[in-house]
Amino acid sequence: MGLKRNVGLIEGLRYQGKGPMLTYILHRIGGLAIVIFVAVHILSSYFGGNIGIFFNTFYMHWAFQIFIFFCALFHAINGLRIVILDLWPKLIEHQREAIWVEWAVFLPIYAIAVFVIARTALGG
Amino acid sequence: MKPRTVSISQRGFDFETSMWLFTRLSALLMYLFALIGMVGALIMGARTQMNLADVLRWTFMPNPSHVLNTNVPDLAPWSTVFWKVMGSLFVFFATSHGLHGLLSVLEDYISRVWLRKSLRILVVLVTLLISVIGIYMILTS
Repeated sequence: MGLKRNVGLIEGLRYQGKGPMLTYILHRIGGLAIVIFVAVHILSSYFGGNIGIFFNTFYMHWAFQIFIFFCALFHAINGLRIVILDLWPKLIEHQREAIWVEWAVFLPIYAIAVFVIARTALGG
Repeated sequence: MKPRTVSISQRGFDFETSMWLFTRLSALLMYLFALIGMVGALIMGARTQMNLADVLRWTFMPNPSHVLNTNVPDLAPWSTVFWKVMGSLFVFFATSHGLHGLLSVLEDYISRVWLRKSLRILVVLVTLLISVIGIYMILTS
């Protein structure tokens, strides 16, 4: 691993790689969100008290649930695609098709989850 | 375009390669843990005593405090040694998987060398702390 970088954060974000790049950036955002959520969740369950109650009400909120479930489900399904393509490198030729399959798996599951969360939030 | 493959003996199997492989295998393991959790919940009566959200919460982390607010009459089968071991393994693989993810993100976006090096150390220490607290919480819950 070299330590020198010639490209900064802003320049790096400006790269336009279309579909695969979108999954890549969503994978990163989702992963970071899960890391922060899990860390805060573990710490607040350890310390408990008012901090624990505050974070509990925060992540019981429907908006947060819709967000974190997007992150977790997308990270899981995109991660499975990455694992399959990386462990069977010959399949990388079909990367774009694999990404379409991935969205076809992700969208219905996520739609059901959003429906259930919204119905619960609306008091059904 | 033909894909070009390099055998492991030519490429060398260094620390980074092993962490790369670990990230992928731990992802598969977490799929396995989630599957075991979900099937276990259904066997223990989740079909009639829990809603979808509670099953998912248990699936992501098989901890008895995640089923406190459900209609499960007896928490004993949900807090056995088996589930504590599963939960601890899940925490271990999740945090180490997340650790490698965070290190990759630092590699890519932090261009100042001293900052990247110090953040690396910080991230490793915080991950160790979080894993220890997480496993402690599971074993004592």
